Amino acid sequence: MEASQELARVVREEWGRLVSLLLARSGRLDLVEDALGDAVEAAARQWDAEGMPSNPRGWLVTVARRRLVDRLRVEAVAQRKAPLLVPDAHRHGPGPMADPGDLVEDDLLRLVLMCTHPALAPEAASALALRLVLGVSTPDIARLFLVPEPTMAARLTRAKRKIVTAGIPFAVPGADQLPSRLEVVAQTAYLAFTAGYAPGSGPDLLRAELAGEAVRLVRVVLDLRPGEPVLTALLALVLLQHSRRDARTGHDGRLVLLPDQDRSRWRHDEIAEAVALLGSSRLAGPLPARAASYLVQARIAAQHATAPSAERTRWDRVVAHYDQLLEIEPGAAARLGRAVAVAESRGPREGLLALEGVELPGSHRVAAVRAELLARAGEARGAREAYAEALALCRNASERAHLEERLASLGS
Amino acid sequence: MKYLVLLMADGELPAWADHTEEQQADVIRQFEEFGAACAAREGVQILAGEALGPGDTATVVRTRGGVRTLTDGPFAEAVEQLGGFYLLDAPDLDVVIDLLQLLPPYDIQVSPVVDPY
Repeated sequence: MEASQELARVVREEWGRLVSLLLARSGRLDLVEDALGDAVEAAARQWDAEGMPSNPRGWLVTVARRRLVDRLRVEAVAQRKAPLLVPDAHRHGPGPMADPGDLVEDDLLRLVLMCTHPALAPEAASALALRLVLGVSTPDIARLFLVPEPTMAARLTRAKRKIVTAGIPFAVPGADQLPSRLEVVAQTAYLAFTAGYAPGSGPDLLRAELAGEAVRLVRVVLDLRPGEPVLTALLALVLLQHSRRDARTGHDGRLVLLPDQDRSRWRHDEIAEAVALLGSSRLAGPLPARAASYLVQARIAAQHATAPSAERTRWDRVVAHYDQLLEIEPGAAARLGRAVAVAESRGPREGLLALEGVELPGSHRVAAVRAELLARAGEARGAREAYAEALALCRNASERAHLEERLASLGS
Repeated sequence: MKYLVLLMADGELPAWADHTEEQQADVIRQFEEFGAACAAREGVQILAGEALGPGDTATVVRTRGGVRTLTDGPFAEAVEQLGGFYLLDAPDLDVVIDLLQLLPPYDIQVSPVVDPY
């Protein structure tokens, strides 16, 4: 393998471990990323010229630690304190400079928990986890969350400053606190995932790929806590949702709705993995609310993902899952989903009844569903009004195009 | 690290004046338990902690254009109910959050004290 490819692979797969190791030894969140960035730059120059080191990860750690020591030495001189600080003394005691790269998995869990601390704003935590645990670039994170790059850079800097200033620990909490913290980890990862599918103004394809980084984040944490119910259920959910990414947009960039999607373009290997996860013994029996909610949402997604065609979807089962979801977590979005399923299972008029009183302020979705159901029930005038209402609220270009098409098909 | 813990508002608790004697005794017991837990916890020390007079007994000092004026009342509505504070020394935020579970469920702000060194 080419040195540059190998470097890219090591950086992608090991970034979080490298960050957590350097952080554990130095305790300096403000210096670790730069030091590691310098090491990657040095590797890009040297590995091509001098050949691959036998232990690429250890090489990167050693170079990054040297940079850290250099920086600390400069600081020490500036402060007229001891001429040399030994960063090792903090936790591990002094060690040889040539780091063998033997890494403690607990350090990676510490890093994940620090990035997703509930004292941080959820979006900042989400972005920080992608940056520090996975090494996703700041421009890519900005694109994912639909904010300008300088805004995202400032958000990451603020989050890091809060961690340092507020004393958010680089630590694994006690067994009584860990489950609730892992729930926050799951929510943080899911927030990043859904950001990738939030309607944007530009082409959506790239952002759906970036949502894949959130799937990777769930995998990384699940590897650290195998079988953890909230993470297992979430991985199943995001795999199922993400498996449809290629079929969601047509050649013209327009949104393709679930019933019209080309099911051969779904990632069936991912669907199979998710369905296997749903059968896991750790998800049988009573679960905490967050895990139960992800599980039921994943089961709904699995009904769609495993149906041979849109017509042969088991809508009765989908309705039953929504009933469960509403018991766990009542909410307008779930009621909307249930109304759609009821309409498919029992007809548009039943669906319209189920839709009564459902409100999602500022969103076009309720009006869009009502319009569709009215049209199916043969109430063209009401449908036209509801499509107009939906169009007035809809900001996403491809969804607007779809609504306009539906409205036009009703005639005038 | 040092933390200033501000007991900002009653939250879902009734106002102190509306507590029964029994409830008041309960609250006092919770403060004592918090104090004891802080003393027992490694690396934790209460450096200061006081209850404050009601918001309408506060005085605000402002200097504008070099002229100092005093006004009655708390600085802003948000601190009208500021009931008390602790200055704690603790290893990290999680230790503080953990100990605060022992206090009555007030709305609380935890601010780190900036270390000038």
